[in-house]
Amino acid sequence: MDTQALLTTVQDKLKAKFGEGVIAAETVADYPVYTIKRDIICEVIKFLYNDEELAFQYLTTMAGLHYPDNQGHELAVMYQLHNLPNNLRIRLKIFFAISDPHVPSITSVFSAANWMERQEFDFFGIIFTGHPNLKRILNVDDMNYHPMRKEFALEDGTREDKDDKMFGR
Amino acid sequence: MSKEKNINTTKELIEKEYSTLNLGPTHPATHGIFQNVLKMDGEIIMDSESTIGYIHRAFEKLAERRPYYQITPITDRMNYCSSPINNMGWHMTVEKLLGVEIPKRVQYMRIIIMELARISDHIICNSVIGVDTGAMTGFLYIFQMRERIYDIFEELCGARLTTNIGRIGGLERDFTPKAWALLDKFLIDFPPALQEFENLLMRNRIFMDRTIGCGGISAERALNYSFSGPNLRAAGVDYDVRVMNPYCSYEEFDFIIPVGTNGDTYDRFMVREGEMWESLKIIQQAIDKIKKEPEGIFHAEVPEFFLPPKEEVYNNMEALIYHFKIVMGETAIPKGEVYHCVEGGNGELGFYLISDGGRTPYRLHLRRPCFIYYQAYAEMIKGAMLSDAILTMSSMNVIAGELDA
Repeated sequence: MDTQALLTTVQDKLKAKFGEGVIAAETVADYPVYTIKRDIICEVIKFLYNDEELAFQYLTTMAGLHYPDNQGHELAVMYQLHNLPNNLRIRLKIFFAISDPHVPSITSVFSAANWMERQEFDFFGIIFTGHPNLKRILNVDDMNYHPMRKEFALEDGTREDKDDKMFGR
Repeated sequence: MSKEKNINTTKELIEKEYSTLNLGPTHPATHGIFQNVLKMDGEIIMDSESTIGYIHRAFEKLAERRPYYQITPITDRMNYCSSPINNMGWHMTVEKLLGVEIPKRVQYMRIIIMELARISDHIICNSVIGVDTGAMTGFLYIFQMRERIYDIFEELCGARLTTNIGRIGGLERDFTPKAWALLDKFLIDFPPALQEFENLLMRNRIFMDRTIGCGGISAERALNYSFSGPNLRAAGVDYDVRVMNPYCSYEEFDFIIPVGTNGDTYDRFMVREGEMWESLKIIQQAIDKIKKEPEGIFHAEVPEFFLPPKEEVYNNMEALIYHFKIVMGETAIPKGEVYHCVEGGNGELGFYLISDGGRTPYRLHLRRPCFIYYQAYAEMIKGAMLSDAILTMSSMNVIAGELDA
């Protein structure tokens, strides 16, 4: 199945099941990417897992994203699913406001999501509701901020001898 | 006093008879810095909790501040037992974003480097399984061969462990005659050495009794835990990125994927042994293929991204301009979002890269196989003996650098 056929197959199935829950579907590089409503992400992943034809039963990875300029949808989570027997890969995305960073946990579907979700909680402050043990994983427990958010510059913000325009962001 | 006779023993008191044991953070048997708090009933592990992050170095954050070519040294420090694979994975990710076509000869040279790295990675893991079962000899003997691989890397790029090998668009220099000679010598000397190592352990009664049925995981659980690499293949799932999503012309090569059945320590050992033999086959095929390619090509013609030779920088204006633009990060990078994965030493090593056209990535997420499969450790050692837990950890090939990023 090529990327375009996969894109439409999954899109049709998701539209039939979830209707308006699927906000967008497009091909980015060689991946079909679906933007899903945040509240139904766990149901969508469960559906993709259990569907006999699609059977996306391998969670490749998960990543948090932060777009400070995207008003009302500052944070995002990216999921990558893989159907191993047929070698089909898709990417799901959800966008939500930074003031309400709650996302349904998918640990009930994938055991692997446990530490992945803890990592994104640690670095982006995304709260995965329903996670069995949501605490920091790589940073120290008493850290009081989420360092991968864009407002935390990597270098000392008080320095004046370095112009960000010349030295990256 | 036995429990039956002590009338004061309540249910709560019996439960308190578990003892807590700290395995790590710096226990020599953990081969890295991670802590496991074990709840023990005598020698049996009832429960465990892993703490990781002791050598976290914020790679994903660092990458947001560095031009693309400066991220390569970061990838070295993930799985430092096979850093050339990480380097190549990163180069290929950027090349995918840029849409650069790499000449066949360079792809084959990269395959030689990657397969050598895979052999050195598996040498470490398998010989350390031997050490943890009490067999020091195999470890000491086979490590001479790892040394020889590092000599080849040293000849290719000047470094041994954290190699920073290759560049975006190709390799920094062609293989030297000395490198070819070292490689040929290695290909002659390695098979007997590996055979000797296998004779020591593979059908050794003590080793087999010690490893068979130790730290096993079913294929179903392994998939649910997103295992990849030798650990997944030991459980019987033939998922290999080199075959399923070929990169670097792996589709032209003839090799098999060794698989196990039980997913236990012995199967993981055997899968890695099998992979070393397959890697040798791949290297031999790559050498044969290179002989048919035009000589002297070691990079693609992408002057915007590949640094010009130093003598041209001093004598040629275009070369000087390109040199300046590359080093200052002034070359235009397309906007885009790519995911590229390679078969690393211990599984699917993925790079998820978002570029907004700036000189540094907007976001780089690293799919680190160790981080993902190490979370199954607590489940795998539950009910096992303490000494089996040590063996399970070393056979999973958990590398602290990759785990903590």
